[in-house]
Amino acid sequence: MNALLISTRAELLRLRSWPSLWVMVGTWLLLNVMFVYVFNYVAYNSGDSTGLTDGLSPAQLLADMLPAAAPESVYQGMPMFGGAIMLILGALTVGSGYGWGTWKTVYTQGPSRLAALGGTLVALAAVVVGVVVLTFGVDLTLSVLVAAAESQDIVLPSRDAVVEGFGVGVLILGMWAACGVAVGTLARGPALAVGLGLVWALAVENLLRGVAGIWSPLEALTNVLPGTAAGSLVGAMGVPAIDEPGGTPGVLGILGGGPAIGLLLGYLAAFVVLTAVMVRRRDVV
Amino acid sequence: MTDHIVRTQHLTKRYGERLAVDDVNLSVARGEVYGFLGPNGAGKTTTLRMLLGLVRPTSGMATVLGARPGTPAVNGRVGALVEGPGFYPYLSGRANLRVMAAYQGLGGTAVESVLERMDLADRGDDAFKSYSLGMKQRLGVASALLGEPDLLVLDEPTNGLDPAGMNDMRRLIVDLAAGGQTVLLSSHLLGEVEEICDRVGVISRGRLLTESTVTQLRGATSLVVRAEPVDVALAVAMRVAGDDRVRVVDGERLDVEVDSAPELTRALVHAGALVHEITPHERSLEDVFFELTERTAPTEEVAR
Repeated sequence: MNALLISTRAELLRLRSWPSLWVMVGTWLLLNVMFVYVFNYVAYNSGDSTGLTDGLSPAQLLADMLPAAAPESVYQGMPMFGGAIMLILGALTVGSGYGWGTWKTVYTQGPSRLAALGGTLVALAAVVVGVVVLTFGVDLTLSVLVAAAESQDIVLPSRDAVVEGFGVGVLILGMWAACGVAVGTLARGPALAVGLGLVWALAVENLLRGVAGIWSPLEALTNVLPGTAAGSLVGAMGVPAIDEPGGTPGVLGILGGGPAIGLLLGYLAAFVVLTAVMVRRRDVV
Repeated sequence: MTDHIVRTQHLTKRYGERLAVDDVNLSVARGEVYGFLGPNGAGKTTTLRMLLGLVRPTSGMATVLGARPGTPAVNGRVGALVEGPGFYPYLSGRANLRVMAAYQGLGGTAVESVLERMDLADRGDDAFKSYSLGMKQRLGVASALLGEPDLLVLDEPTNGLDPAGMNDMRRLIVDLAAGGQTVLLSSHLLGEVEEICDRVGVISRGRLLTESTVTQLRGATSLVVRAEPVDVALAVAMRVAGDDRVRVVDGERLDVEVDSAPELTRALVHAGALVHEITPHERSLEDVFFELTERTAPTEEVAR
């Protein structure tokens, strides 16, 4: 237990000074703000309800930007780019250490390999929680500003909605971060892991789902992919799926909330176990 | 038994067809500086990695500080620099050491003390990636020194250092041993090993060829004798030194393994030989090393 604590502390010490971490957190927040608030606000004010906003009525556009909708604003972009950014973060956090030679240095300090890996995972979990909290803070602030600017009543989201939104965010980002850690360990380097991980998350899953539409045997597989689970969980929270009017990219209506949560937890656990087995068994060269 | 800090038995590592380390039995005693000597690719680093638990042996076993290598109890008492320093490039030297110290549960005082010792305190706040090769190497040794480990495993510690830096490093290693720490270092620099090591293990093509003190390895001092007639000189030398301790070199000189030059000279003169030269000859570790490693050069490699 002590080894896990000191490994976590050491890992946080090096992660917090890592520019790449802040670049990725910043990119996520920027994308979130642009797609949820900036583009919609511009469209709302210009009265243009075609283009970017996919035919949503001005009233709907405004409602999506108000404080009551903040939890959805936090997690609606996660299946698409939030997850991808966390996958990159996970793969870089672990994969870079093989190129830098830092794992061999760390593994000779004292804590066992599993304790060191545990420290990395706990530190990444702290980053994921921090990102979700930060996103809530930013989105609530912006939505209050929008409400004030448009003279709307400020109706905050219910406590349940905030707690649920927090859980959804942590689960989706956590699962993709763990996926990144697993591929980063598998590839023992960041480049291949990030490249292949992104191609999988952003392209291959979508292509497979497209093919499954015309060749049904594939559907059983595509229905249980990690991206399907993440997209379906957000869909189950009430965000319109991509194939619906005003739908959000990455959001799906394939699975119900329960199965989606089960799958996400299953993938999270599987990625962690896979990583632990590789870290424990393989030679560090 | 307990005064052996490192001991390996039939330690072997095979990568596919290639035997990187082949049946190595070595032992390092407490408080000594042990030099692990061999050409590039001989298996030095792989052996050291196995002693640190980074690489799992294919067969055989190693004991470090009385336990299996790589276990937390052992790693906490071992400091290591293997195959070049591995640090976070974006962190300063000081911050890198703080992270490694945190992994050992140590505080900032330990970091300042090793930075000072490795003469890096002034540049401690510069990013690791801006360091010269020599500074990176010194930071690697600084990290190995954290927590005053009982055993230091240093893989080619003078790599990338300038002559002054090499000198400092050698002095540091001698000081560490004087302070009671055991040092296991690998090197392909014979002079270095000869200068600072108590004992050496010579490894070539994965096999430990010999293990002994530097003095033993060099063997006894011999005398080079040039005297005429050669057959008379040879007979005298064999009588004085013993039949198997005399070699004829280039048909005109004798290499005699005997300590006493005056005794041999007197005997030669007495026998009527004309003595042109008698010179003591001390074999360098280099001579021994090449003798040992060339003897094991594999025939199949030559045939290819």
